[in-house]
Amino acid sequence: MKRFSRDEMAARVARDIPDGSYVNLGIGLPTLVANNLPPGREIVLHSENGILGMGPAPAPGEEDWDLVNAGKQPVTQVPGAAFFHHADAFAIMRGGHLDYCVLGAFQVSSRGDLANWHTGNADAIPAVGGAMDLAIGARHVLVMMEHLTKSGDSKLVERCTYPLTGVRCVSRIYTDLAVIDVTTAGFVAREWVDGLSFEELSRLTAAPLAPPDAAT
Amino acid sequence: MIDKTAASLEAAVSDVRDGATVMISGFGDAGMPHELVDALLAQGATDLTIVSNNAGNGERGIAALLKAGRVRKVVCSFPRQADSHVFDGLYRSGRIELELVPQGNLAERIRAAGAGIGAFFTPTGFGTLLAEGKETRRIDGRDYVLEYPIGADVALVKALYGDRWGNLVYRKTGRNFGPIMASAAKCTIAQVHDIVPLGALDPEAVVTPGIFVRRVVKVSSRRPMR
Repeated sequence: MKRFSRDEMAARVARDIPDGSYVNLGIGLPTLVANNLPPGREIVLHSENGILGMGPAPAPGEEDWDLVNAGKQPVTQVPGAAFFHHADAFAIMRGGHLDYCVLGAFQVSSRGDLANWHTGNADAIPAVGGAMDLAIGARHVLVMMEHLTKSGDSKLVERCTYPLTGVRCVSRIYTDLAVIDVTTAGFVAREWVDGLSFEELSRLTAAPLAPPDAAT
Repeated sequence: MIDKTAASLEAAVSDVRDGATVMISGFGDAGMPHELVDALLAQGATDLTIVSNNAGNGERGIAALLKAGRVRKVVCSFPRQADSHVFDGLYRSGRIELELVPQGNLAERIRAAGAGIGAFFTPTGFGTLLAEGKETRRIDGRDYVLEYPIGADVALVKALYGDRWGNLVYRKTGRNFGPIMASAAKCTIAQVHDIVPLGALDPEAVVTPGIFVRRVVKVSSRRPMR
């Protein structure tokens, strides 16, 4: 089966982010969105550790360890950047000032519940970071993830079985197979990879899936 | 005359008591007051509660305090790191208590303590494991969780420059938890790259006003400041 590559997924997410947006990109897969933003759009990246106007990774040898991203990797600042303390960094999220955030996920439910912080395993060291604040904070919460787990189970579900990060917070999901909206009527497929039928996509999705022309 | 300058790291942390709650700024290496944490380790205080974003990396700093058995409890948002083996081992063997707090709630609870707020309702965490057992309220159609302040006996923070009144400016993302922790502790100790004469810091650019700071100690950075 054909799948979107990670960069294709990132480019597809990036296409939906309009000029002038304030955006937070989560750790992991969502970081790729930064490299795929269409030229000509002025998009301001926010990081939870106190920067608006985050730029790309520095050239080797130019790292400044006082200038890092949420993943604690060195980054740069763009002209117009601002630094602020942690309470302000999260006021920017919680206060609804961010237009978009892009997060990875273990599962998303058809009512938009997000699970992305904890597998619930007794032996796991729980760690949440800023995921719960982002989930309820940004105006549009976009999720970028593989459609299926390694064992072939759908990560789009009727009810999340992993511990939740946020309730009814996800608006759109970008997988390696499809772009799917979360609506009040559940999942609605917007587009999917060439060669896959809507019926096959529905079969690979563990919750009711409506076709693109469904009224929402 | 007000002179908050401490002569040495040792003098700066000399009165931290056993059982103290100690806030430690930093997000990764940025803003992490490594030298003050090393001084606290050498000072010997034990049975500590540490409030910090992470629970130590490698074998140094907070990890060294943990390894030496000085820490009873950690309050943080993200203990799990690629190199957090000291915390991981203690946690799995039940030898350390963890209060896991969403990062924005951690920041706001610290801010609330410094600002004299008794508690606040936040949407973060509603409907999740981390809000279990907590009071909730629906306000204007949105669900919130009641969260209480986190204050401390001592805050160890890192800044770029300080003066003898305790005014501080920070450097880039090294600012992170420094300003809010400084306001939330009874005794805030700042390590700075340099101590400048009173009046040298632009009042418009001071980030932490000196009233929040008890001691300032100079620790020249190993890395050049740009």
